[in-house]
Amino acid sequence: MPSESPRFSDLVARHESQLLADWFAQQKASRATRLDLIGEAELEDQSRRFLRAFRAALESGELDDISRPAWDEVRDFLQEVSRSRAMQGFRPNETASFVFSLKQPVFALLRQEFAKAPEELAAQTWTLSMLLDQLGLYTTEIYQQTREEIIVRQQQELLELSTPVVQLWDRILALPLVGTLDSSRTQVVMESLLERIVSSGSEIAIIDITGVPTVDTLVAQHLLKTIAATRLMGADCIISGIRPQIAQTIVHLGVDLGTVVTKATLADAFAVALKRTRDSRTHVIEGA
Amino acid sequence: MDRIPILKMGEYLLVTIQVDMHDQLALQLQEDLTERISRESAAGVLIDISSLDVVDSFIGRMIGNIAAMARVLDADTVVTGMRPAVAITLVELGLSLEGVHTALNVERGMALLREKVAARHA
Repeated sequence: MPSESPRFSDLVARHESQLLADWFAQQKASRATRLDLIGEAELEDQSRRFLRAFRAALESGELDDISRPAWDEVRDFLQEVSRSRAMQGFRPNETASFVFSLKQPVFALLRQEFAKAPEELAAQTWTLSMLLDQLGLYTTEIYQQTREEIIVRQQQELLELSTPVVQLWDRILALPLVGTLDSSRTQVVMESLLERIVSSGSEIAIIDITGVPTVDTLVAQHLLKTIAATRLMGADCIISGIRPQIAQTIVHLGVDLGTVVTKATLADAFAVALKRTRDSRTHVIEGA
Repeated sequence: MDRIPILKMGEYLLVTIQVDMHDQLALQLQEDLTERISRESAAGVLIDISSLDVVDSFIGRMIGNIAAMARVLDADTVVTGMRPAVAITLVELGLSLEGVHTALNVERGMALLREKVAARHA
């Protein structure tokens, strides 16, 4: 209804302060507003800024599609609001209710203005309802996006945190593993360990699995692959921190650790590693 | 027809692979190397693959074969300087090159080779 829409934007312009007051009161009364997470001043500021952008967009007359350039400012603002609310711990419906709660004051205003023209009232109500629905859904979409970004970032951080390669001594590395090992994590572990072996010129890597809660055949296979790759590069691996239950599981599962050296504690493994590197150094000196 | 040069250092043979390995080159190397080991009666072979950044199953198997042949001809083989990406690829291909000695770099590989040969003479 392009010919009618300018009239509504005039209406909003004329009654902006009343609309804002009604809307704000409406939001304050609603439990979904979560005044425990957001201050009244901030809420009022957000409401005012949204209404201003909303009015500016209404003036364009393009009320059927919020992806048009005229709605850029509104969308940017809603994006900002959704993001900050996602960070503040709002739930998705509480975030969307910011826009949906505008419906009641807007419809009240329409009823008041078009009391004598029911046809016009119905048409305007429909247009605005569609418009506000689109905007509300847009906030939900952005909310979801933000949450996904947060999850991906946390996963990445967790992955980086959980695979530290520690230089214990000259030519001895330690890799304390904490948490469950899956394929993608083992890949990261393997790569970072091999890179460190090259950059530090280490001969022995101690893989400590004290913090690994369970070892199944898959985890064992991942470990064996890492050890095989390490050996191919010319370094040796020692596994330490195998708990009694895990030793039982490994044998019950029939996993063959083959020629891999295993030690009960990291300290024992370190002692073996020290002895070996000392031996190999004497050999080098004798040979030279 | 290009070949990979084989250098003689005392009782050891030194091979450094510095070009992309293709199948024909690997076969040629296998032939040349076995020939040289038996002619020089070499005690050890060192293969440096630190410049090799791509391997496939054929090249992986070739490296294993060369080591096995050298052992039959009474020479120890050490493969040195394998890159992390190459090591991961070989493991994923299921080629863990059992029986091949490995070292981080040529210097340590040479020390390992001397050690192995000395142990055999003793």
